[in-house]
Amino acid sequence: MQTQTYMAEIARIVALSLGISLSAVLLAALIGLPLGAAIAVGRFPGRRTLIVLLNALMGLPPVVVGLLVYLLLSRAGPLGELGLLFTPQAMVIAQTILVLPIIAALCRQSVEDAWVEYEEQLRSLGAHGFHAALTLVWDIRFSLVTAVLAGLGRALAEVGAVIIVGGNIDGVTRVMTTTIALETSKGDLPLALSLGFILIALIILLNAAAHLIKEAAQRRYG
Amino acid sequence: MGLTRLLLVLCLSFSVPAEAQQRFITVASTTSTEQSGLFKHLLPLFEGKTGIQVRVVALGTGQALDMGRRGDADVVFVHAKPLEEKFVAEGYGMRRFEVMYNDFVLVGPKSDPAKVAGSKDIVTALQKIKAAQAPFASRGDKSGTHFAELELWKAAGIDIARDKGPWYRDTGSGMGPTLNTASGMNAYALTDRGTWLSFKNRGELVISVEGDKRLFNQYGVILVNPAKHPHVKMKMGLAFIDWVISREGQKAIADYKIGGEQLFFPNADGV
Amino acid sequence: MSAAHGILPLSLREVRFAAGGRNLIDGVSTEIVAGPATVILGANGAGKSVLMRLMHGLLQPTSGKIAWRGQGEERVRRGQAMVFQRPVLLRRSALANILYALELARVPAAGREAQAMDALREVGLAEVAHRPARVLSGGEQQRLALARAWALHPEVLFLDEPTANLDPGATREIENVIKAFDASGTKIVMSTHNLGQARRLGDEVLFIHEGRLAERAPVDQFFARPASPEAAAFVRGELPWV
Repeated sequence: MQTQTYMAEIARIVALSLGISLSAVLLAALIGLPLGAAIAVGRFPGRRTLIVLLNALMGLPPVVVGLLVYLLLSRAGPLGELGLLFTPQAMVIAQTILVLPIIAALCRQSVEDAWVEYEEQLRSLGAHGFHAALTLVWDIRFSLVTAVLAGLGRALAEVGAVIIVGGNIDGVTRVMTTTIALETSKGDLPLALSLGFILIALIILLNAAAHLIKEAAQRRYG
Repeated sequence: MGLTRLLLVLCLSFSVPAEAQQRFITVASTTSTEQSGLFKHLLPLFEGKTGIQVRVVALGTGQALDMGRRGDADVVFVHAKPLEEKFVAEGYGMRRFEVMYNDFVLVGPKSDPAKVAGSKDIVTALQKIKAAQAPFASRGDKSGTHFAELELWKAAGIDIARDKGPWYRDTGSGMGPTLNTASGMNAYALTDRGTWLSFKNRGELVISVEGDKRLFNQYGVILVNPAKHPHVKMKMGLAFIDWVISREGQKAIADYKIGGEQLFFPNADGV
Repeated sequence: MSAAHGILPLSLREVRFAAGGRNLIDGVSTEIVAGPATVILGANGAGKSVLMRLMHGLLQPTSGKIAWRGQGEERVRRGQAMVFQRPVLLRRSALANILYALELARVPAAGREAQAMDALREVGLAEVAHRPARVLSGGEQQRLALARAWALHPEVLFLDEPTANLDPGATREIENVIKAFDASGTKIVMSTHNLGQARRLGDEVLFIHEGRLAERAPVDQFFARPASPEAAAFVRGELPWV
C-alpha cells in the first residue's frame, strides 16, 4: 500500500515535469525557431550585437529568471491580476523564457549555415527574406531536433526557476527537480536519488529517440 | 506527425486553467511545518469536508509573512508571535488566532563534547556549548527557528553576533540542510521536533536537550487582510481558519504522530 | 516559351563589381539578345560566375547599369531561371520541389501538379516524381533542377557550369535537356569549362578575361580564328584552369 501510493506519487511528479517542460519547449520553439531563422537571414543594423546577446542569453541563470517572473506575476506586480503565481502555467512561462534563447540561438546558427548552401537558388526562385527563412527551417527540421532537445534538457534539469514561481506545492507544482531538492533537504536521500536516476534516464531516452529520428530521416530524405 | 499532435494536446492541457474548476486557497507557511508532514495529514481532512483545496507554499517565516504582505497568499500559518503581531498591527492581517505549539529540541553528537546531554535547561546548555567552543550549526536564515535560537542565546546572556567564533556555523539555509550540515560536522543544532523526527540523515546526532518550557514554539494563523488585497479569498480562508481552531481541526492536529509520538499540541482559544 | 513582349534584350553598360578590394568585373558592356544560345567562356577566376550572377540579379553592380527591357521587377524576375553547378533541392519529393517553385511563381493551384508532372516527363524523371529529391543521383538531381526551371517557362535560362560535377552519361542527358530548352525558344546563357560542350550547345561565345569582355564571336569563328591573344591562348589550352 505504501509502495503503491509512493509509485503513484512518483508517476504524478514525473508526468507533471514532462508536461511543463514539453509545453515550455513547444512554446519556445514556436517563437524561437522563426526568430532564429529571421535573424539568420536578415540584414539589419545591430544584427551582430543581437546575435552576441542571444548567445549570451543561453546562459541565463534559472534563479534569475524565476525571480523576474515572480516579480511579474506576484499580486504586487504588474501581471498580478492574472493570478498565475504558484501555478503550473507560471512554471511554463518561466521555463519558456529560459529555453527560448537556446532554441533561437542554435536555430540561428543552423539556418545561417544552411543559408550559405541555399541562398542563391532560393533567391533565384523568388523566395525572399522571411519566407525563405521558414522554408529553410522546415528543410533542416531534423537537425533542429538537436536545438529543441538542448532546450528540453535545460528545462527538465532546472530547479531555480520553477521552485520560485511554482512554490513547490505538494500535488500541484512539485516536479522532479524540486522534489529532489526538497527530499535532499529533508535528509531523505534514497527518494531523492531514485528521482534523480529517473530524471537522468529520461534525458538519455529523449536523446536516444532524437538520434534515431535524425538517422531515420537522413536515410529517408537525404 | 502523430507525435506533434500528442505534444500539442499535452501543452494545451496546461494552458487551460484547470484551477477554474478547482476551489482552492493559498496558504503561506514554513518549511519546517511542511517537512514535519503535518499538512499531508491535516489538509485531506479539511478538503474532504469542504471541497476546498489548500495549496501550501512553504518558505521561511519572514518570506511567508512577506507573501502575505504582497497578497500572494490568502492565509499565513507561521510560528513567530512577535512578527505575526506586527503583521496584524501593520494592517496586513485581520486577526491572529493561536493554533498549536510544538517544541524545539537541541540535537548534538553522541560524543557530547559540551557535556549537556540529558539536561532540561536549554540556557545552561547553550552557555556550556559556548564555553567548550563545541561546533554549533545555526540556520541563520531569519526563520522562526532562527529567531527562536537567537532569543535563547539572549536569554543565556550571550551576544552571539559579537561572541561567535569558528565553532558557530551560520548555514543560511532551511532546517533540513542545517541538520545535514550538523550531521556532517558532528555539531549541535536547534531544531523543531517535527523535522527531527522525519529527518533520516542523522549520522551521530541524538537529542541532547528537551523539555525546557522556553523551547516551546507557538503557531498562529492569520487571514490576509482583504481590505489591503481585495482578491483574497476571504470566505474560503476563514473556513480554513475556523476549521483549524475548531474541535475537529484541533483533534486532527493532536492525532498526527510520527513513530507513535505526537508532534503538535493544539491550544486554540476556547477549545 | 518566350513571351511575345519579352524581357530581352538585357543590356550591360560599363558594369563593374568590386569585392575584397579588387574589380572582379571590370567594365563590361554588351547586350544579351533573344535567339542565339550564349556560352560564357574564360579561365578560372576570370569572372564568369560573377557576371552570370550580376545578370540574373543575385549580385548588384558596384557601378554601371544592368537593364532588362522595361517590364517591371516582377516580370523581369519571373522571366528568368537559373541552374547552378550543384543542384540545390529541398528535402521533399521531386514533384514537391517543382510545386514549391510554382507556388512561389504564383501559378494557380489548380494547374500546378499537371505542370510539374509535364516538366518531369520532359526530362525523363516522371517515375521518380514521389522519390525524395535528395536521394536521387547527381545527374538526376541536376535534371530535376532543370525540370524545375522548365516548369516556370522562363524566357532566359542561366546555367552556371551545369555539368561540371557529372559523369559523361549524365552530362549527355543534361545537354539534351538544354537543347530542348533552346529548341523551344528559351534564351540560353551558360558558362562552362567544357570546350566541346560549348561547341555542341552554343551559338555565340562571350569570352571573359580578368573581368573584361575580351571577345565576342559566333562559336565556330571563336574556336577557328580567335581574334584576341587571350582568346587564342585559351583555345590552345594555355590559360590556367585552376
